[in-house]
Amino acid sequence: MIHFVLLISRQGKVRLTKWYSPYSQKERTKVIRELSGVILTRGPKLCNFVDWRGFKVVYKRYASLYFCMCIDQDDNELEVLEIIHHFVEILDRYFGSVCELDLIFNFHKAYYILDELLLAGELQESSKKTIARLIAAQDSLVETAKEQASSISNIIAQATK
Amino acid sequence: MGSQGGFYQSKEFLDLVKSIGEARSKAEEDRIVLSEIETLKRRISEPDIPKRKMKEYILRLVYIEMLGHDASFGYIHAVKMTHDDSLLVKRTGYLAVTLFLNEDHDLIILIVNTIQKDLKSDNYLVVCAALNAVCKLINEETIPAVLPQVVELLGHPKEAVRKKAIMALHRFYQKSPSSVSHLISNFRKRLCDNDPGVMGATLCPLFDLIAQDVNSYKDLVISFVSILKQVAERRLSKAYDYHQMPAPFIQIKLLKILALLGSGDKQASETMYTVVGDIFKKCDSSSNIGNAVLYECICCVSSIYPNTKLLDSAADAISRFLKSDSHNLKYMGIDALGRLIKISPEIAEQHQLAVIDCLEDPDDTLKRKTFELLYKMTKSTNVEVIVDRMIGYMISINDNHYKTEIASRCVELAEQFAPSNQWFIQTMNKVFEHAGDLVNIKIAHNLMRLIAEGFGEDDDNADSKLRSSAVESYLHILGEPKLPSVFLQVICWVLGEYGTADGMFSASDVTGKLCDVAEAYSSNETVKAYAVTALMKIYAFEIAAGRKVDMLPECQSLMEELLASHSTDLQQRAYELQAVIGLDVHAVECIMPLDASCEDIEVDKGLSFLDGYIQEAIEKGAQPYIPESERSGLINMGNFRNQNHHESLHGLRFEAYELPKPAESAEPEPMYPRETYQTPVSPIPSNPSDAGSAELKLRLDGVQQKWGRPTYTPETSTSNSTSQKSVNGASAVNSTREAYASRKPQVEISHEKQKLAASLFGGTSKPEKRPATGHKVSKASSHMVEKSHVPNSSMEVAPEKAAPAQPPPDLLDLGEPTATSTAPSLDPFKQLEGLLDTTQDALAANSATTASRSPDVMALLYADTPIGIHNKDDADLLSGLSNPSVTNMAGATARPRLSQSSSKGSNPKDSLEKDALVRQMGVNPSSQNPNMFKDLLG
Repeated sequence: MIHFVLLISRQGKVRLTKWYSPYSQKERTKVIRELSGVILTRGPKLCNFVDWRGFKVVYKRYASLYFCMCIDQDDNELEVLEIIHHFVEILDRYFGSVCELDLIFNFHKAYYILDELLLAGELQESSKKTIARLIAAQDSLVETAKEQASSISNIIAQATK
Repeated sequence: MGSQGGFYQSKEFLDLVKSIGEARSKAEEDRIVLSEIETLKRRISEPDIPKRKMKEYILRLVYIEMLGHDASFGYIHAVKMTHDDSLLVKRTGYLAVTLFLNEDHDLIILIVNTIQKDLKSDNYLVVCAALNAVCKLINEETIPAVLPQVVELLGHPKEAVRKKAIMALHRFYQKSPSSVSHLISNFRKRLCDNDPGVMGATLCPLFDLIAQDVNSYKDLVISFVSILKQVAERRLSKAYDYHQMPAPFIQIKLLKILALLGSGDKQASETMYTVVGDIFKKCDSSSNIGNAVLYECICCVSSIYPNTKLLDSAADAISRFLKSDSHNLKYMGIDALGRLIKISPEIAEQHQLAVIDCLEDPDDTLKRKTFELLYKMTKSTNVEVIVDRMIGYMISINDNHYKTEIASRCVELAEQFAPSNQWFIQTMNKVFEHAGDLVNIKIAHNLMRLIAEGFGEDDDNADSKLRSSAVESYLHILGEPKLPSVFLQVICWVLGEYGTADGMFSASDVTGKLCDVAEAYSSNETVKAYAVTALMKIYAFEIAAGRKVDMLPECQSLMEELLASHSTDLQQRAYELQAVIGLDVHAVECIMPLDASCEDIEVDKGLSFLDGYIQEAIEKGAQPYIPESERSGLINMGNFRNQNHHESLHGLRFEAYELPKPAESAEPEPMYPRETYQTPVSPIPSNPSDAGSAELKLRLDGVQQKWGRPTYTPETSTSNSTSQKSVNGASAVNSTREAYASRKPQVEISHEKQKLAASLFGGTSKPEKRPATGHKVSKASSHMVEKSHVPNSSMEVAPEKAAPAQPPPDLLDLGEPTATSTAPSLDPFKQLEGLLDTTQDALAANSATTASRSPDVMALLYADTPIGIHNKDDADLLSGLSNPSVTNMAGATARPRLSQSSSKGSNPKDSLEKDALVRQMGVNPSSQNPNMFKDLLG
């Protein structure tokens, strides 16, 4: 099971966090501080896994952004590495050559995408096409809503159709 | 596509992000965020905020909380948003609450109602949003509120809803298995869903269920095998392909399930052989995902009933992993090796040099994995080398979590395979010295018990030698400045029991050391208590031996201090010591028999020896004792005291109470107070009242528990000659130190490596010295299991562990030839690595300036290195990657770009435009982070 997903920039700035196991706000801060200390200082040729408090953290760097997922001891690290890559590919397809700024300014969209990919700490969907279709369906609501932003009743009509 | 990088947030939010991006320090960032929090607090509570505005505020709250600040003031507004009719607003509300709230938050009760309503919505997107929230927010108490609706959604026409409903049920199962136990047939049904996504999602709960109870799902083996077969034959839609592998994530899940189902079941395993073998053949070992599936195959093969052909394929795959340049693959290879050696131990031999390389690797993760492997393959022939290595590593790290783990592993291995007493004591000393505060207190108790009881065989001579060597090494170690408390307790106890037993050290030597301990660790009451009791024992033994006792001056001053101690425990011990010293030889022998810590003590819980006294008291008119059960709740403290008053002659009790609970639990030597109650000649007159009996009972329970615990059982080495042993004991510390110092340079040389390999993997340096030890261990331990009352876990596994410890004789003469042949073959790779390194550096420099480009060189370079391509930032890489001849991953990475090049971003020009836009907004100083604007996949 995936316990949490973290996106950290090379400077240690948090870009996205998603917790599938319960962590208090205090613990979250501590986790992020500890892990960014460990991961950001690792050399480039070392393996993409880190032991951490009895769990394993799989991370991968894309440009200046580190994608990290914390998993159980007996999970398959290579698979999780590919889940990360899968996520990045979906982001890339969605934003069109995704870069860190897309994620900074549209972090809520990244969350929506992540919610279609992972649910309750498990991989929910492995087809890029299906995820893209779902996100597009949700976005089409946004688009129409924007066009008809003047009339709130229209939005409601659209949403509950 | 929805956003296309359009930053349609409000100006305020952009400014916030910008200023945080430019913050030069954490303090500055905090200041900005705090002022943002103030603004939001004010704004969010204004009346009649437009929904759009509110949505933005909530997202800003999410952003703040993501940065680690408290946004709890806005939670209620997020909850309110989920009540909204508009899906857009509702979706934001749900997103925010799933990010803000844990399942035990009070506000969740306000959302449950909305969730119930939304689960019934006609719009499947609303249902999906609600199901996402269900997965995160519903806890054990609220499961029943939504369960019927979620179950109903399993039949929803939209596959996305069915999938999420399955995941929600899975979550419910994790939280409270009983709540969904009647719904398990639904999971089976969904396995046959038309949509592969739903089927794939169903595998998650099934995996958990099967892990819990394998036998109820044996009927599904055929189904799983046929699904896996279909997946591997590309019968699923192309949409599930990933880097040209057919639905690899589903394959992995299925392999995991098959591993569970086939474990120890020959018949079930036989149905799997063909399909697993096929996957081995089909897996593309040049892509990462292919290796992930391969690794899962190896796990499956090592779990199911063994099949030679599959084991061969697995061994091949492992050797490919280990020979790879990628650290990731080496790591997986080491892990897989650890799984496979359980079935075919001989496989480790081929890879010994690779394993040694990993052990020497600077990468900590890889090193730890290798230690795990070594731990699994430890036997009596290589235990010394392995434990020595482990301890060396343990000393070098700061990570307490791992230090604890590796320390307990060292102890476990030492207990199981110790070749000699001296080695065992030395090893334990090192573990305690460096990780004493981290290890479980039980380990300390076990060590004391071992020293007290010996190795469980009838060789008293060996036992006493073990004790003398322990005493000697402890007296030596006490010179070290700072020792962990647990270790000091062990030392004090052993010195007290056996410090003067063999006559090598005089009482004044040992007591002097003990006083030093009490003084040096004066803030640690437990250690002091141990030291005082040890002093008492030594003096008692002296008296019993008929020698005159001279208390050292420092000891006297220590006593004076403790007699006035604030700790009643210490005070009592000091008084007892004083009392014992004043007694005659006979009394002391009764109280403190020599070396009696292992004697069973029969406790007369009925206190029948007091019957006469009680009879007498009752005849004199005292009230008979009413058992606690009869007077509970009726009689208050006052009454109780009255009764006490009647019975005893004085109103107040002057004796100290028994030891306080916490101190007691940490104590291994409960013998003296217990014995004082036992013997008629007691230094402290015990109060024979009912209160006393209650006290006594309490005390005994503690004792019971402590001494009821099992011992552990290392095998006894057959006794060497006395002189040799003591020499060993004296020089062992030094020699191991030397070994530490000289290790580093050693490993550089390939010859040394081979030597290490030899000693690890069954080595020439240790020719079948103890061929029967494995057997002996298991025999000894089973003997001990019978003997001890409650076998502990390490004991239970002992016989199992011992089984693979019998090495086939031909393992021993292993691989000089293999060694020499592999070593040179590695070199060219290393050279290539070096070459790549430099070019990569240069490349990074290039991309930073974004000016000069050299597509051809890169295309050439990366065609050779299949993995790690997407780390490179340069957009021109694409030209190399889209070349059909390069690897799968590269091809797939390139695909989205090609298809989208018309819309946006895949060519450098677009990237630059994006850059420019961003720069205009001034979000990030580019000097600080030149890579920031590069596409993530570029």
